Amino acid sequence: MIFTFDFIILIFMVVAAIIALNVKDLLSASMIFGIYGFLICLLWAEMGAVDVAFTEAAVGAGVSAVLFIATVFNTNRKSSD
Amino acid sequence: MLSKVFATIAVVITGGLLLYGVYDFPSFGDPNSPPNAGVEGGADSVSQYFITQTYNDSKVPNIVTAVLADYRGYDTMFETVVVFAAGIAIFCIMRSLGNANDPAREKDEIHSFTHGDHNRIIIGTTCRIVVPIVQIFALYVIAHGHYSPGGGFQGGVLLGASFILLALSSDLNAALKRLSEKNYFALAAIGVLIYAGFGLVAQFLGANFLEYGVLQPILFTDGPEMARSHSMLGVEIGVAFTVMAIMFSIYANLSTRGTLKNGL
Repeated sequence: MIFTFDFIILIFMVVAAIIALNVKDLLSASMIFGIYGFLICLLWAEMGAVDVAFTEAAVGAGVSAVLFIATVFNTNRKSSD
Repeated sequence: MLSKVFATIAVVITGGLLLYGVYDFPSFGDPNSPPNAGVEGGADSVSQYFITQTYNDSKVPNIVTAVLADYRGYDTMFETVVVFAAGIAIFCIMRSLGNANDPAREKDEIHSFTHGDHNRIIIGTTCRIVVPIVQIFALYVIAHGHYSPGGGFQGGVLLGASFILLALSSDLNAALKRLSEKNYFALAAIGVLIYAGFGLVAQFLGANFLEYGVLQPILFTDGPEMARSHSMLGVEIGVAFTVMAIMFSIYANLSTRGTLKNGL
């Protein structure tokens, strides 16, 4: 566990989470949520949990972002709040 | 506005409690923490058993897969059932929604965004090259899951993603031609059946549910250890079937509001 590396990834994660919550465009929000998933994946890989990181890369950063985008195209692009 | 303030307060309090709970955890990699060293005068360490005995028990080098598919077999079986149930639930919701809303739906906006003719050649050609590579890698991840990181869930997601990529690059019909709705729901059920079948066969041979060691005469292996190893592979294949089918079904239903026509 490298503290500096963890710290940088955690800062990026918090920033990504806040942006994903505040962005009005839902398509951008789902893309940023994918970035958030990928950062968690990096964190897990760095802590030695490679199996979990692999699952997160495939499910969290890959497929769930696609599923969100597929859903956004069937709703309004803009968030109401 | 007031609801937002209350939501923020609730989130801050919950987050604070969670951080307070984390403070009690043993530090990362602490050799004296209860999971690593066991409880004094109580249970032995679980981690130590897995680390020292997994290879002797089942000849599987990847301890994570051995814990998931063998020692905690029940857990993984019902995880697969959860994935299956989630797929069925989304199918039911989207299908009833799709039939109710179909005439009122505006399709032009979606089409103009994704189906411009000018970028179809590049995307189509790239995806035609990438899809088989993704699928071969997915099969490797499934088959090699007990030797290296990976396994049924990851491989299944990759297989499902390859079909989703096909649907994204051309259209949903191209993907449905290769994996029709009837087939993918059959595959999803077969996956759960394979997993439960391994457990049931073990039970018929006189052992506990999902106790793979007794499958040795059926699988023609050298000893109960190799039987456990091979059964883990079989179980992973079942998981991969279910996850692949359900991932694709969720995408197909979500992107078309359950009509399976004119998707992204």
